[in-house]
Amino acid sequence: MTRTAIYKMSLAAIFGLVSGIAGYQFYEHRHYQAPIIAGPGVTRVVKLHEYCPSLKGTPADTDVFFLEGAGDGGTVLLVANTHSNEPAARLTAEIFLENCTIQKGRLIVIPQFNNSGSRNTKPGDGYPLYFEIPTAWGKKKFRMGNRNASPLDSWPDPDVYIHYPDRSLLSYLDVRNTNRTWPGRPDGPLMERVCFAAMELIRNEQVDVAIDIHGAETMFPVTNCIVAPEKSSRIATMVQLMTQAMEGFTVNVYPSPQNFRGLSHREIGDYSNAMPFLLEAPIPFLDQPTGPKTEELLLTGRDPLLLSLARQGKLFVPYDEYGWPMKNRVGQHCSVILEIMNQLSQASPERAVVAENVPRYKDVLEHDVGYYYHNPATADPARVYPN
Amino acid sequence: MTVIMIVYYLITAFTAAMLIWNFIREKSDRQKMVLYLIVLTPLLLRILRIR
Repeated sequence: MTRTAIYKMSLAAIFGLVSGIAGYQFYEHRHYQAPIIAGPGVTRVVKLHEYCPSLKGTPADTDVFFLEGAGDGGTVLLVANTHSNEPAARLTAEIFLENCTIQKGRLIVIPQFNNSGSRNTKPGDGYPLYFEIPTAWGKKKFRMGNRNASPLDSWPDPDVYIHYPDRSLLSYLDVRNTNRTWPGRPDGPLMERVCFAAMELIRNEQVDVAIDIHGAETMFPVTNCIVAPEKSSRIATMVQLMTQAMEGFTVNVYPSPQNFRGLSHREIGDYSNAMPFLLEAPIPFLDQPTGPKTEELLLTGRDPLLLSLARQGKLFVPYDEYGWPMKNRVGQHCSVILEIMNQLSQASPERAVVAENVPRYKDVLEHDVGYYYHNPATADPARVYPN
Repeated sequence: MTVIMIVYYLITAFTAAMLIWNFIREKSDRQKMVLYLIVLTPLLLRILRIR
């Protein structure tokens, strides 16, 4: 055997080993199942494909949880992990699923809206594959997903994504972004089908309020806010005033732009009777000028480079050595959602949705997020939904 | 899986096969050998539906 042959075989073995290790980690991440526990308030669980049959059997299909009260009232929809790299959304949704009971009306929760995106990652940005939330019974492990669906499920991307039905030209990546593919169509690209199914759910279930939970960079102007179109602006403003006065944190209200298409806060309002709200909490992890993208940065939101920028007035949110811990973000989301329900109930008593046993901002700050999660090992297996 | 996705998998498999063939045929340039394998890695991960 020549020296060249030995060199080539060694090279191929090294590349095979590196690819094998990386490939195994990617495979494990894509197939890891994080349990979702249906709490006492959950009355039934269906699949999203029931509202769009072409989703059936695809990796984009996902669970839809119904929490139905004894009294008549309205319907509120919570959509979480539209972007799976903004995980405060899913953590908030799971607090509702495990603890909330509904006295009046209905709450519908989709905790993993872009299921494919949650099984994708961003190795080029050094994303951690998982993160863990401490609880009283150990650590609960979640997949850290990506903003867009996996190319394994939606490929190839077009050169330019032409939004349906408006025909706006959007980035090629947005064909895999479930906050650009609203209102969708039943035979379009996979993420358009996900959004179409949600639109059908909103129309068929007569949803009054649809809340899409997100996170945004501290250097991005649209952060720490509620984005609302004209029809939702009154309630959004009241929520801003009430949370500021009663709970001691500030969220701003931004109008939903009319010409920027495909976003939930625009299309849900235009294509249904529901009032949409998009919630943004700051997530320093997503800012570009930070240190390594570690699990600690994700959970604490603490970063010396951002602190330096904050002192120069470059951030759009208050920022100091405390950072922006996950409990602050999740606590804000809980309180804002509860206040939206409260304002809906006051504005339209016949469409009221009354929720109980959900912690508010101060409760989450006091106990931290994991306090509200139950142990899947001791839960009734019939109430545990792997995702 | 859509028709266009299947076509893209076939294109990827063809490109990967060409890279492997070039790697095997390369006799002297070690930089090219490394380059072929670097380019091949993401294609293999896609064909195997891992990444």
